[in-house]
Amino acid sequence: MANFFQQVVSGLASGGIYGALALALVLIHRATGVINFAQGEMATFSTYILWTLTQNHGWPYWPALAFTLAVSFAGGFGVHQVVVRPVERGSVLRVVIVTIGLLLLLNGAMTWIWSGEVRSVHSPFPTRTIDVGGVAISIQDLGTIGVSIGVVILLGLFFRFTKVGLALRAAATNPAEARLVGVRVPLMLGVGWGLATMLGAIAGALTAPTVFLDPNMMQAVLIYAFAAAVLGGIDSPVGAVVGGLLLGVALNLLGTYIDFVGADLRLPAALAVILAVLLFRPAGLFGQRVVRRV
Amino acid sequence: MRRLAVPVMLFGALAVAIVLAPLFLSDFQAQQAAYVGIYAIALIGLNVLTGYTGQISLGHGAFMAVGGYTTAILMTDHGVKDLWTIPIAAVVAGAAGFLFGLPALRLTGLYLALATFAIAVSTPAVLKKFEGFTGGGSGKNLFGVKELTGGIAPVHVLGWKLNFNNWLYYLCWTMALVLYVVAWLLLRGRTGRAFRAVRDSETAALSSGVSLAKYKTFAFGVSAAYAGIAGSLFAIATTYVNADTFPVQLSIFLLVGVVVSGLGSLTGVIAGAVFIEFLPLWAQDVSKSPGAPGVIYGVILIGVIFLLPTGAAGLLPGLLRRVATLFRGR
Repeated sequence: MANFFQQVVSGLASGGIYGALALALVLIHRATGVINFAQGEMATFSTYILWTLTQNHGWPYWPALAFTLAVSFAGGFGVHQVVVRPVERGSVLRVVIVTIGLLLLLNGAMTWIWSGEVRSVHSPFPTRTIDVGGVAISIQDLGTIGVSIGVVILLGLFFRFTKVGLALRAAATNPAEARLVGVRVPLMLGVGWGLATMLGAIAGALTAPTVFLDPNMMQAVLIYAFAAAVLGGIDSPVGAVVGGLLLGVALNLLGTYIDFVGADLRLPAALAVILAVLLFRPAGLFGQRVVRRV
Repeated sequence: MRRLAVPVMLFGALAVAIVLAPLFLSDFQAQQAAYVGIYAIALIGLNVLTGYTGQISLGHGAFMAVGGYTTAILMTDHGVKDLWTIPIAAVVAGAAGFLFGLPALRLTGLYLALATFAIAVSTPAVLKKFEGFTGGGSGKNLFGVKELTGGIAPVHVLGWKLNFNNWLYYLCWTMALVLYVVAWLLLRGRTGRAFRAVRDSETAALSSGVSLAKYKTFAFGVSAAYAGIAGSLFAIATTYVNADTFPVQLSIFLLVGVVVSGLGSLTGVIAGAVFIEFLPLWAQDVSKSPGAPGVIYGVILIGVIFLLPTGAAGLLPGLLRRVATLFRGR
């Protein structure tokens, strides 16, 4: 039984990461109607910046993280303004291809700048475990859960209670009317991309200590994040987080207790989740049904 | 018939050039050219689905894997001669595509891109898991297997003696030319019109009596069959398949290739195929870093979407018009 709880906690930890990246996808989808296939590579790129600052330039962890988040925000904003904005009102195919182009570009750039070698990133949390009622729980897992949930709450408060948050929501829900009341819509959509990229950076920084940092680090995480976002409903921020946590726990338990799945079939299991949800409940757990007027 | 004269002449010239090319190519270049032919087949297939029918696929590498593994398994475990495995690979991959087309009916645009991307990412894991069937991580070796034509002794065709790479070249390009004509015939008539109607507006297509279910699944099936043939030839050409022969990058490169060659036109497929095969080599001139091709692929992909939405296919008609006016003397 102790093992079961341990697996649930570590599932929640990876689920928190999936949820954070899924939330980034949801933010961008709500703002610009785009699924960003480059979200994973953007997150990895941010993590490399963090790695460079802490390893090569001797920065302490937290200032380095703050700086990384700032750079990520600017990067996300810039990506939206330069390459996404010109195509976001066009056909879906063009938008998808542009984000795929970004994926290739960033992946290649990371290999070019930092070489393909694997790097290790230190965790800000101690690697010890603490004992809770006979269950050994790693502090790192707890920290990951805490950070991802904390970030989501902060973001929720930001959207709910600040003027910028209101403008962001307005720009995403009804661009035309938002523009009429004086919201600078393109700017706000750029801010949405910036915030999403920051979230990705956090997901990357939380992922890196448990695996090794290499240009493909977030590729699998991106698929899990897709699955989480679809499971929760692609337009629902709460759904993304709940979907992430559910998926993290479910995959971990499946991998532990069902030998056939093991560690190898986790990705196909996520694929099965994506297909099943899209086919049987396209709105996901928390999403709204899309009504198409023709 | 006049309307067809120029394309038919161009196609004839292309066929002659393809037949004669090995006289001027080294053994290694013949092999590279064979790969160009393989990619051209896959790109024709992907163009039928994405360019003509408007259904995005980021997972065509997975259908190539189905074809490649069909060939490899039949050759090594069932003693089937390599040439006979090609039509079987087409049928198996086509059936897989048709079956995937059924759930894909409910997915539009972004969601289809997402689902096919997930398929491409999880294919290697599935191949590794079913080790007894696929050979897992160590894969299936076709080199030196007696079912491989030209692997041991030179091939004799119509009195010619061909070494393995020239044989490969002619095999791939014969298939490519035949499949090109098949696709052209398919797309110029009623079916092609229905495909384009589905792409341009599903509602309008439906109200004109075009069955979405029928034509979408058909497009998936045809497209996957082409990918299966390409995968089968790929396995024969590399004489080896394992779980990493058809990585997610392959699927992405195919999408890059189809965008570069021009969506909704078959004219540019060779340009797209050349691009896939040779860009990694050209990128070496820019930088020796293994990351360089990725950067260049990415920049070109975004650049083509911004500057040249019709791809290479859009360049050719403009050029032809100019040549035509030149010949008319004005």
